[in-house]
Amino acid sequence: MDQVTVTAETMPEGGFARFVALFTALDQTTKTNAKVAALAAYFRDAPEEDRVWCIALLSGRRPKRMLTTTLLRDWAAEQAGLPLWLFEESYAVAGDLAETIALILPEGQGEDTASLGDWIGRLQTLPKLEEAERKARVLEAWARLGPTERFVFNKLLTGGFRMGVSAKLMTRALAHATGLAEPELAHRLMGGWEPGRVTWEGLVLCPDPGEALSKPYPFYLAYQLDDPPESLGDPAEWAAEWKWDGIRGQLILREGTHYLWSRGEELMTERFPEFAAALDLLPVGTVLDGEVLAWDRAAEVPQSFNALQARIGRKTVPKKLLAEAPCVLRAYDLLEWGGEDLRARPFSERRDILERALADLPRAGPLRLSPRVPFESWSALALARETSRDLRAEGLMLKRLTSPYLSGRKKGDWWKWKVDPLSIDAVMIYAQAGHGRRANLYTDFTFAVWNGAPGESTLVPFTKAYSGLTDAEFRKITAWVRKNTLERYGPVRSVTPAHVFEIHFEGIQRSTRHKSGVALRFPRMARWREDKPVAEANTLDDLHRMLEAYG
Amino acid sequence: MARDPVLSFTERGIYCAAGDFYIDPWRPVDRALITHGHADHARWGHRRYLATEAAAPVMRHRLGGIELDTVRFGEDLRIGDAEVSYHPAGHVPGSAQIRVEVGGEVWVASGDYKVAPDGLSEPFEPVRCHAFITECTFGLPIFTWAPQAEVVAEIEAWWRANAAAGRTSVIGAYALGKAQRVLSAVDPGIGPILTHGAVEATNAVLRAQGVALPDTVQVTAEVRGKDFPGALVVAPPSALGTPWMKRFGAVSTAFASGWMRLRGVRRRRAADRGFVLSDHADWAELNAAIAETGAERIFVTHGYTAAFRAWLESEGYDAAIVETDYEGESLDAGREEEAVLAE
Repeated sequence: MDQVTVTAETMPEGGFARFVALFTALDQTTKTNAKVAALAAYFRDAPEEDRVWCIALLSGRRPKRMLTTTLLRDWAAEQAGLPLWLFEESYAVAGDLAETIALILPEGQGEDTASLGDWIGRLQTLPKLEEAERKARVLEAWARLGPTERFVFNKLLTGGFRMGVSAKLMTRALAHATGLAEPELAHRLMGGWEPGRVTWEGLVLCPDPGEALSKPYPFYLAYQLDDPPESLGDPAEWAAEWKWDGIRGQLILREGTHYLWSRGEELMTERFPEFAAALDLLPVGTVLDGEVLAWDRAAEVPQSFNALQARIGRKTVPKKLLAEAPCVLRAYDLLEWGGEDLRARPFSERRDILERALADLPRAGPLRLSPRVPFESWSALALARETSRDLRAEGLMLKRLTSPYLSGRKKGDWWKWKVDPLSIDAVMIYAQAGHGRRANLYTDFTFAVWNGAPGESTLVPFTKAYSGLTDAEFRKITAWVRKNTLERYGPVRSVTPAHVFEIHFEGIQRSTRHKSGVALRFPRMARWREDKPVAEANTLDDLHRMLEAYG
Repeated sequence: MARDPVLSFTERGIYCAAGDFYIDPWRPVDRALITHGHADHARWGHRRYLATEAAAPVMRHRLGGIELDTVRFGEDLRIGDAEVSYHPAGHVPGSAQIRVEVGGEVWVASGDYKVAPDGLSEPFEPVRCHAFITECTFGLPIFTWAPQAEVVAEIEAWWRANAAAGRTSVIGAYALGKAQRVLSAVDPGIGPILTHGAVEATNAVLRAQGVALPDTVQVTAEVRGKDFPGALVVAPPSALGTPWMKRFGAVSTAFASGWMRLRGVRRRRAADRGFVLSDHADWAELNAAIAETGAERIFVTHGYTAAFRAWLESEGYDAAIVETDYEGESLDAGREEEAVLAE
């Protein structure tokens, strides 16, 4: 392992300055070990309240935006003595509002002894104040803070704070700092705790068992299987299930109440009222892992992801929608039974209990068993996988029969074996610059296919995509976009139709909102087909044929 | 008949009709007056060149057997009907602004310039004029440089910390100017200093003309990082991340450039550190330098020209954009990457 040292030349006095020093250390390195070391040091020596805030910020529990960005732009330009248009020009180049403000203002005093918690507390009072008072407080903060502190402050203020550290790395750093095991820490940090209300002691060191009632277990996530399944060895040691295209959910039934958590640790209980009925079907002390799907109750098959999408968007569900898109949980694992944590038991054992528990449940209820896909050989399973799309599945999940339920993404025991994505060759017609790290690079493209008889066909846009190319390819295409711009529409440029890209996507649906009549799921650029002339790109008819087959 | 302007902007470059010469032309001409030796200003293929004595050795090194006359800073020349003199631009050693006077009207073409002294280049000298041709590579108010001493202290702290941790420090800095600026500013007592061949070639030229640089060891095929514990390696930015780096074992990488002011650029370059050190004027310096010329007419050449021109107009100047082949619009990554290299 690399030697890692944290370069804290002088340890700053105030808690906020200490946090900004951590931010700087994380921002200055691309090495994972150095990031973990810097974080672990923070979790050892920062004020305890700030450590909790840091965990909150790193696990997506960041404060909401406190002010409109319009106000911030106006104030910053005014404070810097610059016209707003020049501020906007600068923002376009820096690509980040918080950074632009931090850079454009006169040098701050850099004297501050407040903690991170103090600063967030101050920010949280802002929305309650009169505008003149809000402005006075923000300007005072800008004048007092040094440039990097100002940047971090602005990030907190605009609700866009990210530190480039995954929950996994954070948990590892916490484990280094506290000596506790990573899976146990991951579990303690789950759920709906609120920074500012929970202490370091209560959250990390010795949580109150009563608090744990609603707490979900950390989700076990699978890697994509890139090698042939034969690499997994004897098929008799493995179970296969369909991989559904819904929302991964954990349904908790404890002490007479239920909680439904998403994989993103969002509490979805209110959005899916149908799961209250689960309390009548299963004993308390049960935790299920499965897929929330919009369900066709007549045919007993999943509805399209579109139907589920309508439900995800609603905090409260109107009756009509509840009737049109009722949801079920297709359960595939049992994490807790009779109040006992089953995660260390082998998958086959958990699965047996699950199958018995869900046997003969009424069809009117919200629970379904996600069936196992029986198979004798890998080649037979490969044939079954080919039928995934017919069942509205994305492919297969492969799980080792002896596997415990681990936390986070781990290699070895669980694999997702998705069907090959759908693919179409399309022509790039619009380009737009990216944000943040990709500001100043053209990374967001609109793609089109041919429509009409040969000779008089036109390009019809059908999707956008903004991932899948390497930085080097983005640099190359950016240079090309600059030289081949036809027209500018604000940040968007139309370009000469000259480049064909292979677009991969997971699904296709009818759409009335798009001129092409289709909407794609997870479109991305798989390859830049520099070998392919524009005339040989696919057609709208090709897309509509895919819609007929898979829509 | 209307009199020709002192300087005009042609497809070959900035042209003086009264003296029948060009300044930093980008297509072959008979007579080229050159501000400094960077490749976008001193190009191949002109019949005769004129540059400062201090800029000449690097130009000869880079362009080979050119016909090159030299001039001292402040020396008055007469070329045709034009009076010409060269004045320090503070950009790199030998870099000049070129003052051209015809019939009492004075124009100054400033090439690239930096106002704050760097301890290496001849310090920038404000020149009064009627019309001023200025770059604006960093012509936006987000570009503000800290004093050089502060940046050098950061570089030294980074180097020391790496040396203590057993890592080699590799800093990407342009081979002419930035590299020597870093070399002459850092404390050579911290550890050995190694240089990439491209940097060392320029070092040799500058040392021969009397520029004081610390002792350096050129990185050749035999050089290994383990033989030079705690070393600082100065290399062109393009060498970072290439197999050339393998010889140094555990490294920490950094770039020294004005672009490092932007977090997005810093992160995209994926170096461990970015030091904000530029050989161009920052926003405040551009504005101060322009004000000091007393000029009413300002021509902006390369950089954030549209925004900077509009700003100068709002400040009451008669400002225009001139399309040149110098470093160009930096908004785009492709060009920007080049600019990072070329700056």
